[in-house]
Amino acid sequence: MTTTASSAAALAQQDQGGRKAVGFIGWILSPERRGPLLVAPAIVTLFVVNIFPLLWSFGLSFYEYKANRIAPPAFAGLANYRYVLTDPEIWVRFGNTAMIVVGSVALQLVVGFLLALLFAQEFPLRRYLLMLILSPMMLSLSAVGVFFKLFYDPTLGFISRFISLFTTDTFVILSTPARATIAVVVADAWMWSPFVMLLVLAGLVSVPKYLYEAAEIDRAGRWRRFRTITFPYIRSLLLLALLFRTIETFKIFDIVYLLTEGGPGSSTETVSVYVYRLAFQFFRTSQASALGYIMVFAVVVLTSLYLYAIQTRQTEARA
Amino acid sequence: MSERREVRAIGKAGWGRTLGAGIVSLIYFFPVYFILMTAFKTRPDALAMPIKFFFSPTLENFYSVFWRADIQGGGATDSGFSLYFFNSLFISGTSVTLALIIGTAAAYAFSRFPLRGNDTYLFIILTTRMLPPIIAIIPIFVLFRVFGLSGSYTGIIALYTAFNLPFSIWMVKSFFDDLDRDIEDAGRMDGSSEWNVFRKVCLPQIYGGLAATFVFAVILTWNEFLFALMLTGTETRTVPVAIARTIGGQVGVDWGLMSAIETLFIIPVVIVTFLLQNQLLRGVTFGTIRK
Repeated sequence: MTTTASSAAALAQQDQGGRKAVGFIGWILSPERRGPLLVAPAIVTLFVVNIFPLLWSFGLSFYEYKANRIAPPAFAGLANYRYVLTDPEIWVRFGNTAMIVVGSVALQLVVGFLLALLFAQEFPLRRYLLMLILSPMMLSLSAVGVFFKLFYDPTLGFISRFISLFTTDTFVILSTPARATIAVVVADAWMWSPFVMLLVLAGLVSVPKYLYEAAEIDRAGRWRRFRTITFPYIRSLLLLALLFRTIETFKIFDIVYLLTEGGPGSSTETVSVYVYRLAFQFFRTSQASALGYIMVFAVVVLTSLYLYAIQTRQTEARA
Repeated sequence: MSERREVRAIGKAGWGRTLGAGIVSLIYFFPVYFILMTAFKTRPDALAMPIKFFFSPTLENFYSVFWRADIQGGGATDSGFSLYFFNSLFISGTSVTLALIIGTAAAYAFSRFPLRGNDTYLFIILTTRMLPPIIAIIPIFVLFRVFGLSGSYTGIIALYTAFNLPFSIWMVKSFFDDLDRDIEDAGRMDGSSEWNVFRKVCLPQIYGGLAATFVFAVILTWNEFLFALMLTGTETRTVPVAIARTIGGQVGVDWGLMSAIETLFIIPVVIVTFLLQNQLLRGVTFGTIRK
């Protein structure tokens, strides 16, 4: 840091010798255009690869189009949206997704919170034990899907074997809808509880020490200390965790696709998996796009809520 | 950087806590351990019930990840997995490097020379990342076919570059935002050019952050499944897709082999998790939460 500061003067001298560019180059490199110029490559890349295709499919959602037919798209107005919103099949998928989201996010919050309490203090080997806890979060969703497929295997899987100790029949995840849903929820929550834990830890660390010292003097009980001092500091982070995980779990695809393929029947088929089937198995491209845009709307709303919560937290921290 | 590398803690606890946390960690880590263990087991050991915790390890599974014995006898044939591992590395390495270069420029601008509607741009950029990938895949799948990009390196690398861009921008911006502005202002005061302020004052201070961003993005790309499933061909297939194909539809899955593939696939990730502990929170929240 000190070296950079002292070398600043040396750099300055070296720059004074440079000539000023003129003409078009000079115009484009002028200080006012510095921001836009630096941002342009990123915006162009995003537009070409991401935003343009999205707009194209948004347009497509107002047409009748099948990707496996040669027939040109025919304008259909809001028909796709009307179809999507009135089809009971789709509401079943939204119900399945909601069930998984609620179950998994709730489990993550509880487990993550408890893990954070366990790891809040410094203790020997903490860094190494944290590695064990945190690594599931970094694994690939598809790897976790494959793992759990093995663990739920009725003859080999240790989870199935373990559960069978308490039940009379062998545990087969696809045997009942409830089992399949719980299986997906457990796999997802196992993977993402460490995420909640990290956020809660960040909140616990941010509590000023003097508050605890003051509570000590007032002889506040453990529960009271937690409720009046600790909780207000982690509340905003819990909210962030809730929003972030809701957005991410709402999109759940890989785990379900690999673990249950939406079965039994369609009881664990989430909206993402259904969009996939609509688009690439039934080739109802425009209806899939319409359903997709309903998801986009939900995600955009949740993302703005999330950023709003971030901003509120930053203002709180500054105050 | 003087920053500590661990996740921060409050107060101290003794070996008693190590014991408690140790037991919990081992239970939590058990699924991963089980895979690692299975990878080193012979077929009968892997299928043995109850679970065998003590066994003589073998590398047989790792060998058969890359070479399959021919049923008709004769030499072992290449299973293609060396190509898939190469693809995964090459595709994620290239696309993340590109994304990081473009992203750092944009992040610096967003941080230091705010545009009109800066926050709106940042919001849109983040949103493109938050959207369900399944939505993006529909048009991209069709457009890739039209332009003949499906199954090519160019296509998937371009896609992953865009996929990593929002992450890189938000992450790198968060590092630029954390810097002490006084140092660069001192440089400007002394008449240093903006390029030199960026190149010789700001950038060296965030090398650590750039490295963290790079590794993080590589892992995210390395792990990505859906885009790879839809848009890679036999020549460009990545490991997650190859894994899913190996397990899909078969009656008797060779779990020892599967575990060996998974082990090779996740070991780098576990090591990186250990090295990046301090940046993990920032990484998994796209730089929106720093501490």
